[in-house]
Amino acid sequence: MREVLGFRVDEIVPSRRDTLALQGISAGKEISRNILELYDGAVRLFMECARPAGIVAEISKDDFEAIYEGEGLNEPSTPVADIFRKADNLALFAATIGRGVHDRINALFGNKDFALAGMLDAAASAGVERAADRVEEYFLDNVVSGKMRVVRYSPGYCGWHVSGQKKLFEYLKPEKIGIILRPSCLMEPLKSVSGVLMGGKPEIHFFSDRYPFCSICETHSCRERIESLRRSIHVAEQQVQSTSSNNL
Amino acid sequence: MWLSNRFNPPRAIIFEGSGMALLEQITLALQGGDTDGITELLKEALADKMKPGDILNSGLIAGMNIVGEKYKQHEIFLPEVMLAARAMHVAMDILKPLFMKDDVPALGRVVIGTVQGDIHDIGKNLVAIMLKGAGFEVIDLGNDVPPETFIETAVEKQAKVIGMSALLTTTMPVMKKVIEQLKERGLDGRIKTIIGGAPISDEFARRIGADAYGYDSVQAIDCIKKLVAES
Repeated sequence: MREVLGFRVDEIVPSRRDTLALQGISAGKEISRNILELYDGAVRLFMECARPAGIVAEISKDDFEAIYEGEGLNEPSTPVADIFRKADNLALFAATIGRGVHDRINALFGNKDFALAGMLDAAASAGVERAADRVEEYFLDNVVSGKMRVVRYSPGYCGWHVSGQKKLFEYLKPEKIGIILRPSCLMEPLKSVSGVLMGGKPEIHFFSDRYPFCSICETHSCRERIESLRRSIHVAEQQVQSTSSNNL
Repeated sequence: MWLSNRFNPPRAIIFEGSGMALLEQITLALQGGDTDGITELLKEALADKMKPGDILNSGLIAGMNIVGEKYKQHEIFLPEVMLAARAMHVAMDILKPLFMKDDVPALGRVVIGTVQGDIHDIGKNLVAIMLKGAGFEVIDLGNDVPPETFIETAVEKQAKVIGMSALLTTTMPVMKKVIEQLKERGLDGRIKTIIGGAPISDEFARRIGADAYGYDSVQAIDCIKKLVAES
């Protein structure tokens, strides 16, 4: 399976919660009308400028191992290395919201509209994750068995060196959706994400953030992700129990 | 999420008529990010023969200091700081031509950039905006800046501080290179360094020998003020 995916902008609208979180405003905080107006303005611009697209390509474990090895700069032990052999399905992916939003952010900064520029930047970061979510859903719906879960990992995070992008790009060819790789291994447009989708039992994604590089991670977003997987297992188990009880 | 209209403070009409009242109103307009209001107030202040230096220090910078304090106390958030920063920039556009005549010095010169290999510049831009708002002269080198460019520019422009930003853990070592090269050239006492960015920590800053670590844009300004005072 190798697919170029198009989405409507309204499928990836960044939520207020995610956007404000990227501005350092956590859920439940009291916010001013000014901030609400900025968020609304940023979403309007996002809808106007974003051109989302995605690409996904299935890959075998052996082929992925060669890509993951990259330039040989990964940390000695990483979650990706520990998990991918346990996965049922793997796919490389990339998603972008296009160049337009980035250009608009720069224009706003140039026009000294800092607050709106900052809010649009946050909305764009949240929006591109939504685009990656859509790619993930496509993979889940079309390739992965219903009881399995998909989690994505990207070069530059969790010990997977950013230079891994080179081999990932050679295989996936995200240029088809307008993403190019700079010599420094960063993508253009900046608001793009790439990586591997791993489908399998939820348990394969459980790990403790005690790898050596975890000490310099500011987000520890893996904790929330693993907790979400645990919750989904719990809900699924309850549904099974409920169905069994009803059948009795 | 709560909705509040605590921001956008009302203009202090009760003070109208005196110089102090105008400065107070400028401070309030700045805090509310009221660019139209601040433009009117500045015109009024200048028509009243108020010195641009007084407007800057007792009105605008005083206002930005309050904004910084409110941010630190979590009373306001980053977008509100940026609204105030915009008002500050609008005000500076009005005052700048007058400073040349009045010769009001900047607090100091700061070279700033995102390190080589990294093109994430939102955090760096915010610090640059805040620095300008606080009265510093900022030389923004943009992103993907090689170590040599930081140092050559700082030497050439006689900057007191180099500010470096990185978002990727893989580009963090470039910060260390800049600090090492400053030491090799005997410039480490004269040119101070501050680093920041999502993966950066106080511990990392200490480990590589940076003079300061800016947790966020507001704190970075406080640190830079201290570094300049020490230099």
